[in-house]
Amino acid sequence: MRREDGVETSTISGIPVDPVYTAEATRDLPDELPGEFPYTRGIHKSGYRGRLWTMRQFSGFATARETNARYHYLLKNGQTGLSVAFDMPTLMGQDSDAPTSRGEIGHCGVAIDSLADMETLLDGIPLDKVTTSMTINSPAAILLAMYLVVAEKQGVPWTQVGGTLQNDILKEYIAQKEYIFPPQPSMRLVIDSIEFCAREVPRWNTVSISGYHIREAGSTAAQELAFTLADGFAYVDACLERGMQIDEFAPRLSFFFDAHIDFFEEIAKFRAARRIWARHMRERYGAQNPRSLQLRFHTQTAGVSLTAQQPELNIARTAVEALAAVLGGTQSLHTNAMDEVLALPTDKSARIALRTQQMLAYESGAANTVDPLGGSYFMESLTKRMEEEAEAYFERISEYGGVIRAIEAGFFQKEIADASFRYQTELEHKRRVIVGVNDFVTDDEEPIEILRISPQAEQEQVDRVREVRRKRDQARCTRALESLRKAAQSPDENLMPHIVEAVRAYATEGEIMGTMVDVFGLYTERAII
Amino acid sequence: MSAVQAKPLRIVLAKVGLDGHDRGVKVVARALRDAGFEVIYTGLRQTPAMVVEAALQEDAQVIGLSLHSGAHMTLFPAVIEELKKRQAGDITVFGGGIIPDDDIAELKKLGVAEIFTPGAPLEEIVTWLRKRFPDG
Amino acid sequence: MSGDRDLAAEFRAGNVRGLARAISLVEQRDPTVRHLLEELRDGLRRPRVLGFTGAPGTGKSTLVDALVGLLRGRDQKVAVVAVDPNSPFSGGAILGDRIRMQRHALDGGVYIRSMGARGHLGGLSAASREAIRLLGAFGFDYVLLETVGVGQSELEVAAVADTTVVVLTPGQGDSVQMLKAGIMEIADVFAVNKADLPGAQKVVQEIRSMLNMGPKLAWKPPIVMTVAARAEGLEELLEAVERHQQHLETTGEAAERAAERLKDEAADLVGEWARRQARKLLDDDAELSRRLLDDRVPYAAAEEILTTEGESLVPRAARSRHKMKSR
Repeated sequence: MRREDGVETSTISGIPVDPVYTAEATRDLPDELPGEFPYTRGIHKSGYRGRLWTMRQFSGFATARETNARYHYLLKNGQTGLSVAFDMPTLMGQDSDAPTSRGEIGHCGVAIDSLADMETLLDGIPLDKVTTSMTINSPAAILLAMYLVVAEKQGVPWTQVGGTLQNDILKEYIAQKEYIFPPQPSMRLVIDSIEFCAREVPRWNTVSISGYHIREAGSTAAQELAFTLADGFAYVDACLERGMQIDEFAPRLSFFFDAHIDFFEEIAKFRAARRIWARHMRERYGAQNPRSLQLRFHTQTAGVSLTAQQPELNIARTAVEALAAVLGGTQSLHTNAMDEVLALPTDKSARIALRTQQMLAYESGAANTVDPLGGSYFMESLTKRMEEEAEAYFERISEYGGVIRAIEAGFFQKEIADASFRYQTELEHKRRVIVGVNDFVTDDEEPIEILRISPQAEQEQVDRVREVRRKRDQARCTRALESLRKAAQSPDENLMPHIVEAVRAYATEGEIMGTMVDVFGLYTERAII
Repeated sequence: MSAVQAKPLRIVLAKVGLDGHDRGVKVVARALRDAGFEVIYTGLRQTPAMVVEAALQEDAQVIGLSLHSGAHMTLFPAVIEELKKRQAGDITVFGGGIIPDDDIAELKKLGVAEIFTPGAPLEEIVTWLRKRFPDG
Repeated sequence: MSGDRDLAAEFRAGNVRGLARAISLVEQRDPTVRHLLEELRDGLRRPRVLGFTGAPGTGKSTLVDALVGLLRGRDQKVAVVAVDPNSPFSGGAILGDRIRMQRHALDGGVYIRSMGARGHLGGLSAASREAIRLLGAFGFDYVLLETVGVGQSELEVAAVADTTVVVLTPGQGDSVQMLKAGIMEIADVFAVNKADLPGAQKVVQEIRSMLNMGPKLAWKPPIVMTVAARAEGLEELLEAVERHQQHLETTGEAAERAAERLKDEAADLVGEWARRQARKLLDDDAELSRRLLDDRVPYAAAEEILTTEGESLVPRAARSRHKMKSR
């Protein structure tokens, strides 16, 4: 359906929308309160009155030293949580002196090659008081180990260390493509870290099951919802298979969603997510602990919705998206800076992004009422529709024999590629409008100021990792890597303690990863276009 | 006219650099296929040497590079250099990704034929290729 | 730039670009390829040609990739020709099989070429036959031809391969479908890939019972279980392929097939060249073209083209009669 001006009336994901909704839509709706099962309306009775969402801005600069300085600044200014962005070589498990790291070091975040860099990154930061979120996946276990060893050196017991690891490998195969090993050994490593933390680091959020990257890869809202929850269930299944109890690990699983520009659809997505998770956890897995049933999530506003044209408009886009996240009941939020589409944000744009959240929290009144759209004819109808679409996807995934099989068959990749191509085609035909891009274009675009990373920073990092290799106790390092290799070869052994020991011996990230690659092999996906 | 061209333009599309953001390159691949071109997609994390080798083996007239990690000033010129080294400077190179205006000017000076930034209509890429290769 | 002489020089010098250009000419059925191939005639030697076909997702590319690894370990030079379908609407194609073989990307002893299945004047068989000839002349010991077994192309490719390996996999129900779709007839070896998945034995059983139902053949296609992703079963697969090739040699079938292939090829060329001439004639000769349009059926015009000075190349039964017989 189109409007008179030719623009689609369906949601950005293609869900048809009626011109008006009536009481018909809520006739069968059961009475439900926030803080009660199935938590459609939120996991807390008092919403944001009890506690505001956490404003968690993701950051990381070239080197560990510069990033450490930024952290001290943020902590001095009242921030209590840190969030680490790593550069591409670190995310891909390779050292800064690997040939393919050239040109990538420190570009999208901080470069961490070994324990030495992590010591610098966290220098002077009390790990018993500050929680840290680390956005990393394939090599997540190694970065966690580095963090724990720094705590150890600070004399902080692991039981007091808190934070979040993204550690969500499944969505890498589905969307972000930062995989290294084939899916099976990757899953083993994730479950090893969940099991290890349940025992040794009980305050650590072990996996942040992420829809953000699925959405950014071009999926619809319903696909983001369905694929993310399906990944969640896959982790639950794998933990149960390992012999863990559901209430022992489920409370430490959390989620990470995208907040896109289609306002109502996004709120419906967040509401449906809570309801589906609670229902499956209780009915399918028999979870008892309320924290196992409550879906907690972090939100980031949509990077893909930002435009390089008239970038100031991104401030408005981000505000709309952030409001959707807040009305959807997010636990924490990252708002994008207007220039993030071009490069790392400048100080000014980063400040505006944070201020946008503060406006929502303190000026708009959005924080005063829990689930203010609950009971709206339109909202409830859309929430139900989201839930139905997700359930239909769960069916199809189980026909493939589960998430990993569906990944190998290219199912998710194909669904996402189709959705993204459909959307692109709609844009080409102006059936969707992006202001400043395919309509309302200005000819005289002003260039905006961009933060650049100096080439010297790259060389310094390369020198640093080489120096670490020169100075360390090589015999101890070799021994540690050898024991890791042996453990990797025996499928029943938890790899975490071996990785921790290798980190203590200053083995580099690339060496630890390489040792596991020798055993597990590399993954390449077939072309799904 | 038959839909099949006797000499379809052959284009190697590659993701260089370490990032895995392949949404854009996949959309472009489909659009080029629908325009009647033969697209050889070589996948993620290709080094300049791999890209050039693929173009030579596949007898491609065009290389399309996609990159979102910010390493374009290192990797795009490296592809051009490698082409020269292999006496294949006649192969046209274009790029896509998040690339600031200053860098675009610099890359064009170095021999990259065109850069398409996010928001560029697919039709623009197709038209540009058709103009450059009227026989393909 | 005039082509063929430079091309032959480049080709002889072992420049991969010369090879790649020559294959493009072959794909486009450029008549000048003749001069190149005749020039290279003395150096021609036929590589071993293995065809691989199977439904999407059976792991063909991974299997081919693993075999390339194995053959490289034996110091054999290997070329891969991967055929993918074209879009029926635009004629364009997305050819993505290289992705699975990237670890060989920089190995000088490996050449990978992607081809669209359609768009070959004279058919895919003709293009692949010529490509094989070029690859042999360039020094490759093996040519691995990979096609998706969902259309016509795998049959065309099987016609040029010495040994055709049909790849099946447990689950997804594709195995039985493949067997029904006439793939059976072209299989010289079956590979049951992803054999670590449940149901692999069942696929083997299915193939076996299908084979037993058919007529007794001189060569009974062996069934090999493989896990290409872990390089398991490859030695066995290659051994089965070699056994089949020995069988072809000892029974004289190899020589017979080679002769048949060459005859087919010559006949195809006659058809192709004649067609081109005929079409040109019809376009250029306004008088002939008018008669054709008046006639509303094509036979008389075709006969006229194929007849000179009373000598006709038209099959006897199709020749014109003075009177139409009425029934």
